[in-house]
Amino acid sequence: MKQVLMGNHAVSYGARLARVEVISAYPITPQTQIVEELSELCARGELRARFVNVESEHSAMASCIGASAGGARAFTATSSQGLALMHELLHWASGARLPIVMANVNRAMAPGWSIWTEQTDSLAQRDTGWLQFYCESNQEVLDTTIQAFKISEQLLLPSMIVLDAFFLSHTYEPVDVPEPNEVDAFLPPYRPKIKMEVNDPHAFGALVAPENYYEFRYNIQKDFERAPEVIERVGREFGEQFGRYYGLVEAYQIEDADLVLVTSSTITSTARAVIKERRARGEKVGLLKIRVFRPFPFAALRQALLGVPKVAVIDRNISFGHHGIFYSELKSALYGQDGAPLVFGFVAGLGGRDVTPQTINEILDFTKAHDFPEKEIYWIGLKSQESEDEKREYSEVSASAAK
Amino acid sequence: MMLHLQTCRKGNMKNFDIPDTDYMYPGHLACPGCGASLGMRFALKALGENTMIVLPACCWSIIAGPFPYSAVKVPLFHTAFETAASVASGLRAALDMKGQKEVTVMAWAGDGGTFDIGLQALSGAAERNEDFIYVCYDNEAYMNTGIQRSSSTPEGAWTTTTPEGYLKTRPKKNIVEILAAHRIPYVATASVAFPDDFIRKLQKARQIKGTRFIHLFSPCPPGWKMSSDDTIAIARLAVHTKVFPLYEIEDGEKYTINIKPKGLPVQEYFKLQGRFRYLNEADYTRIQHDIDHRWAMLEAKAAVGNKQYLRHTA
Repeated sequence: MKQVLMGNHAVSYGARLARVEVISAYPITPQTQIVEELSELCARGELRARFVNVESEHSAMASCIGASAGGARAFTATSSQGLALMHELLHWASGARLPIVMANVNRAMAPGWSIWTEQTDSLAQRDTGWLQFYCESNQEVLDTTIQAFKISEQLLLPSMIVLDAFFLSHTYEPVDVPEPNEVDAFLPPYRPKIKMEVNDPHAFGALVAPENYYEFRYNIQKDFERAPEVIERVGREFGEQFGRYYGLVEAYQIEDADLVLVTSSTITSTARAVIKERRARGEKVGLLKIRVFRPFPFAALRQALLGVPKVAVIDRNISFGHHGIFYSELKSALYGQDGAPLVFGFVAGLGGRDVTPQTINEILDFTKAHDFPEKEIYWIGLKSQESEDEKREYSEVSASAAK
Repeated sequence: MMLHLQTCRKGNMKNFDIPDTDYMYPGHLACPGCGASLGMRFALKALGENTMIVLPACCWSIIAGPFPYSAVKVPLFHTAFETAASVASGLRAALDMKGQKEVTVMAWAGDGGTFDIGLQALSGAAERNEDFIYVCYDNEAYMNTGIQRSSSTPEGAWTTTTPEGYLKTRPKKNIVEILAAHRIPYVATASVAFPDDFIRKLQKARQIKGTRFIHLFSPCPPGWKMSSDDTIAIARLAVHTKVFPLYEIEDGEKYTINIKPKGLPVQEYFKLQGRFRYLNEADYTRIQHDIDHRWAMLEAKAAVGNKQYLRHTA
């Protein structure tokens, strides 16, 4: 049934349709409505789950770990500072092979306080052993929430569904909400092979000597390596049942493109409109959305981008002292490959600054006008404190955009 | 005084009503004379096989044995230092959802994981009245990492981070009062030297729904610089010098003192432990005064709530 939902409620309804059994959460803007709605659903008896009102995000993740170890389907949601507070336990969840699903609303890290969108919070957790899905629309948020449980439970790895603060979390869009019985047919109940059980007692997570620890980590990596195939298969199963397909990446007009823009999250929607316009003007430009960041889709990216002359990556995030994180990871996927494109890295939209069609046009114009990426980061739309170099750079970008 | 020490070393032979079945394997990794290993053995005897343990970082992370071994015959989940109460909350929620209401969840944490790093999670769980038993086995310092002070370390005690000349000057945090202030249904102190009292309290706790907290006095021979065959004697002396009174608090209000102390001077307790060797007569007098004052406060609370001693014992 089509409903008009905010992104946060798309998460809540996805979790309800997945029949989560334990929810443990702590409020933080702009996530709070996700768990408010879930507690309402529990209170009204529309969701049969235990809602644990913990005193911190750290305890939220800890109680999800306890619940998942006890064999229950566990869910939480957080954002920014809350996700950072969970950091230690993100490692614990994946190390314990617990298929917890969490929504993270991308929000910039303080100080200064910002409640607006930026991906640095979730990308800073990239090494914790969680699958990460970056969503573009509220429909994708709801569908990914349902899929994430199936993917996680097959891989015994936790999943993070990521959505932009406000641009998705608080924005209303029409969403096709599947019927519960349809989702039940897609997603069977969670039946773990091993869990805390009095009839079959085991110790979980005991001290492990160097002779064994190495192999535990190897096993996690092996499952990440088979994750792309699982994500694509679950995506196809979902598509066959619901008519909406999602993969690791999503390409738009890249077949003959001599410049491909690489984006994630809601910037993609704006970029798609720009690409459409420029295609209509006869420009050979295309768009590649990265939906799954962990596992990083090496094969899909190589298949899409090898042979393309130039790629421009837009990062709404930064690894200080390095550069945009999608940019750096994409370069690592292309390095040493035949036909690897020149990759230009643009940092834009930090702290929720709008990334407008004009911003994206500036990026495309700049990339077209330059033969080689001389800098690791190009900042777009800097207002102050820029060096003389960057002022020159910026006016150059503006000038070429104006042409 | 020697007579008292002899009594505490020998104890009185009598028949305790302690369940026969053991849920601990031999071959665990505790140090000789470890109060915490004895405590777990009694706890599992009291609670039985329908028990799951949540174990944050503490001495027991080692005592329980490395992968793929376990020193206990019940499910055990190792978790991060500060998460005993929050993981136990989640496990309880899962068991309730799965209809396994008869299973007891027991969080088993040291004093560092309870008084210090885990206090926030414990307070949150206690305020929600989460349905589990939390046992803090208190050896009064970070013993697993090699004897660093915690907020449970008593005044005047030597540790590696409160060395001579920099001994701990602040008193031990009163964790029992903190938990009682949450108005949870059951809070009790217990001692490895009084196994019948400890087992009775656990069995009583098992019948109660909500958060139940047991503060277990648990000597540590290497950390306290004491002889490993004095564990029980020292734990008895802690009770009889009123250093560690045995009592219960129901619903945060009803205090019951379970063992009437003999009222031995505190030196009797201190002198068997190298960690207190830097104390002098003036310290003894001051600390004795403090202990007497706190005992009077406890008696006054017990008089208000439930004026009776359950029994008198050696």
